[in-house]
Amino acid sequence: MDRIPILRMGEFLLVTIQVDMHDRLAMSLQDDLTTRISETGARGVLIDISSLETVDSFIGRMLGNIASMSRVMDADTVVVGMQPEVAITLVELGLSLPGVRTALNVERGMDLLRDSRKNSEEHR
Amino acid sequence: MTVVKVETMPVDSESQVVAVRQTVRSWAGELGFSLVDQTKIVTAASELARNTIKHGGGGSLKLESLNEGIRKGLRLIFEDHGPGIPDISLAMKDGYTTGGGLGLGLGGSKRLMSDFQIESRVGEGTKITVVRWK
Amino acid sequence: MSVIPEVIKKHETDLLSDWMREMTSSTRRSDLLKDQDIKNQASQFISLFSKAIQNGNLEDTKADSFADLRQLLTDMSRSRAVQGFTPSETAMFVFSFKKPVISRLQAEVKDAKVLSDESWTLNQLIDKLGLFTTEAFLKSREELIMRQQQEMLELSTPVVRLWEGVLALPLIGTLDSARTQVVMESLLRKIVETNSQVAIIDITGVPTVDTLVAQHLIKTVTAARLMGADCIISGIRPQIAQTIVHLGVNLSDVTTKSSMADAFVIALQRSGFVVSKRVDR
Repeated sequence: MDRIPILRMGEFLLVTIQVDMHDRLAMSLQDDLTTRISETGARGVLIDISSLETVDSFIGRMLGNIASMSRVMDADTVVVGMQPEVAITLVELGLSLPGVRTALNVERGMDLLRDSRKNSEEHR
Repeated sequence: MTVVKVETMPVDSESQVVAVRQTVRSWAGELGFSLVDQTKIVTAASELARNTIKHGGGGSLKLESLNEGIRKGLRLIFEDHGPGIPDISLAMKDGYTTGGGLGLGLGGSKRLMSDFQIESRVGEGTKITVVRWK
Repeated sequence: MSVIPEVIKKHETDLLSDWMREMTSSTRRSDLLKDQDIKNQASQFISLFSKAIQNGNLEDTKADSFADLRQLLTDMSRSRAVQGFTPSETAMFVFSFKKPVISRLQAEVKDAKVLSDESWTLNQLIDKLGLFTTEAFLKSREELIMRQQQEMLELSTPVVRLWEGVLALPLIGTLDSARTQVVMESLLRKIVETNSQVAIIDITGVPTVDTLVAQHLIKTVTAARLMGADCIISGIRPQIAQTIVHLGVNLSDVTTKSSMADAFVIALQRSGFVVSKRVDR
């Protein structure tokens, strides 16, 4: 079965979701990510959903889960590239993705991760 | 009002939800819905399909393209012979869930579509009919 | 059982030439359509007409048996509309088919009563088909008007790029639910296209806001946030502020500023810019 590749970019991990995911694929992504965070000690996770045409409550929940699980492992999550049509639909659906930070694209997402990393370090 | 095209597909297991999304997306595209409307329809279909599988024990989806005068529409009928829904108004409330989900399936789908109708009898099954007009 | 289906089937080729001869110059409009194309259309019409009536149904033109013929007439009506034919001219094209058929019937049917009945049946059928082309013409006109309305909506509210990463949407005039939706979608799309992190929605030019519009505004702000951008609503006049409070709309999550200028300052700050004044010596 296909698995979604997880790329390492410095101290961050980048996941690009390009396919309409089956539930099992989504679950294995959650597992793979937590394993990789633990293996690499990554401080941030970027999830690029710019290719996703549909995000339903199941995928929304998956994104929220990833954010929570990463948080427990001391990593921040930023979801980037949400398409306008998806955003409009999620709002109508009533899904607010609490605990999930968002950015327009990977570049801004990394800026966000670096800034929040810097902030949390300053507070130590 | 006339039904121009009909297709039925099984909605029995989670592996079929993607097929439902792709088929609905393809129909919505053919009918000329805007990208936003397409996404709304597909998302509603995904939610309802999951409901059918999770709470209805599996069932079917019937897709119909409609012509009413000059306006066109896409009708989706989700049907199952599962346990049925004892309290429909409770089930329609956001946040209400018996399955550990976010409980947005029914209420959310209603907001995404133009028309929403639900018939359910305990012990017999549930039929949800939604329409999006262009 | 009517003999019309048989007559048509037997004499398709002759009917075509009779019909072409029958068409007056005003029906042909050879300035708009070449004779060969008219002949093709006529030939297709006769062929599908013949097929449609073979099962004996010469009344219900809405039946499945007439589907192909209806499609031909719809396509023909649309293409002729584009070519400049009036709807009457297109309908007349269909009506002119009566004469050749009735001439054939007169030759084949000897009984006066039967001939009269058959002529009547044919008349009614061709009338229905001719009127159908008029309806198809009207439908395509309505669709064109709707498309143009949509385009006008999108053109009438341009999104402006105030600075790198800062967009402004000055809304002017009364907002209705449909227009607000179109405008909001266009703003969100522009946010992605220009990579803008801040969008200022200015409603100085909006006299009144109702619940639906207020809700659309909030939905847009929420959607933009989900995408990774921020919205600032500016230009909320006292009356609108009162209306919003009375409607019970919750704007606590949204940054609001009374003027676009103030909003612009916030937008620049959020985008990491600093404005400084040059001191001349």
